[in-house]
Amino acid sequence: MQLIKKLFYKIARKLFNSFKDLIPIVLVVSFFQFIVLRQPFPDLMGILVGLFFVVVGLMLFVEGLELGLFPIGEMLAQSLAKKGSLFWLLTFAFVLGFSTTIAEPALIAIASKAADVNETAGLLAADEKDNYALGLRISVAISVGLAILIGVFRIIKGWPIYYLIIGGYILVLIMTTFAPKEIIGLAYDAGGVTTSTITVPLVTALGVGLATVIKGRNPLTDGFGLISFASLLPMIFVMAYGVYFYR
Amino acid sequence: MTFLIDFFFRFFDTCLAILPVVLLIIFFQFVVIKKPLRDAPKVILGFVMVVFGLTFFLLGLEKALFPVGEIMAKQLSNTEFIIASNFSDEINWYSYYWIYLFAALIGFSTTIAEPSLTAVAIKANEVSGGLLNMWQLRITVAVGAGFALALGAFRIVTGVPLYTIIIVSYVIVLIQTIFVKKDFVGLAYDSGGVTTSTVTVPIVVSIGLGLSSVVEGRDPVLDGFGMIALVCMFPIISVLAYIQFMELIVLLKKKRK
Repeated sequence: MQLIKKLFYKIARKLFNSFKDLIPIVLVVSFFQFIVLRQPFPDLMGILVGLFFVVVGLMLFVEGLELGLFPIGEMLAQSLAKKGSLFWLLTFAFVLGFSTTIAEPALIAIASKAADVNETAGLLAADEKDNYALGLRISVAISVGLAILIGVFRIIKGWPIYYLIIGGYILVLIMTTFAPKEIIGLAYDAGGVTTSTITVPLVTALGVGLATVIKGRNPLTDGFGLISFASLLPMIFVMAYGVYFYR
Repeated sequence: MTFLIDFFFRFFDTCLAILPVVLLIIFFQFVVIKKPLRDAPKVILGFVMVVFGLTFFLLGLEKALFPVGEIMAKQLSNTEFIIASNFSDEINWYSYYWIYLFAALIGFSTTIAEPSLTAVAIKANEVSGGLLNMWQLRITVAVGAGFALALGAFRIVTGVPLYTIIIVSYVIVLIQTIFVKKDFVGLAYDSGGVTTSTVTVPIVVSIGLGLSSVVEGRDPVLDGFGMIALVCMFPIISVLAYIQFMELIVLLKKKRK
């Protein structure tokens, strides 16, 4: 009985913690609905049920993160670093980036939307659309794989991150001048949609884990940065894809 | 009944999304590392919780937030609403002030709820030995994201080209990078990419679409792009600024002593 009570309190506290994350959304949406637009909510019951799901989902996700995703990322980083095989470590990095991106729903959505835009603009024949969207997805997935690979290599070598990022920015700017106008907005966005909710914790744990195990690396200074590469490289690759496709 | 079907589809999607990761881990654990997984039951339980958590999370968002957000974005950018809330007869870029405010606030609040950001904040707090406060980091990132969304709305209304804003923000990041303490730059750069996943992207897209379909001379499909890029950029600036601010405080304290 005591145990059940304790467990109940624990869960209630965790649920409340997740609810705290949602308070801003609730306040903002209510403010606009009641004060600015002056309307009642259309389906209040549905919204409340949905809100409850979001809270439960957030709680489960954060718990699962600490139990599963974080430890496995760190364990793999440690075992691979101990094994001392650069080949397998880099292979892991590339495949992790590639495989999580190619199946990413946000990317699939944005690629097919881009194909539609190009078709309506008369740049693309209807039968080329699927090819175009697939090519786009593959180039983004390859770029994310490469980004994680380069990021892992950087941690091993201990290169300062800002040189790479600034170099990347310069490349983006150069590509922007070459790339066809139609693809620039899409390319800039492609960087943002690649990093999903499952990839981010895993990749962060991988980077921090590596920087912890490798001698002379500081997890704070060297461990972060993988995600920033994964948002930067797709921009360059998508613009390159645009140059290749239109010219 | 429809709920069960929705649940099943979401669950299936989430499983599909996590499948490559699981296969990759299994392959590396058994073929490359050749050691049994440590704490296997705990890790598996963690993965199951992540899958169920994301399923409920997405399902709830689809029920509670996305429809409301979409309707709101549409109503706030509605021409009648703009005219009714306008101070003068002419429609200027500032006639859309409610939508700027909405974009800023909704960008801020959805970023606070973004699970990827929570993950990075947990790690950053852990790695820095508690030096980096989780809530301060999350609020800083959210401020950047909110500002970016408002700016994105402004961009659609005025038609400022996307690359101008991107180039200017690159220059700002560059200057900040030169002056900031290098320990935290990696984290700052990362905080750009984590803001845009499950919660923010659909809302961002609905604001972009809603606005570009009513403003004259905008193409909804073309101008809808580019919003996410800004939301990726400005948290970097705000986190770098936050780090500089903290350094300044430490410096001032030292001087006083």
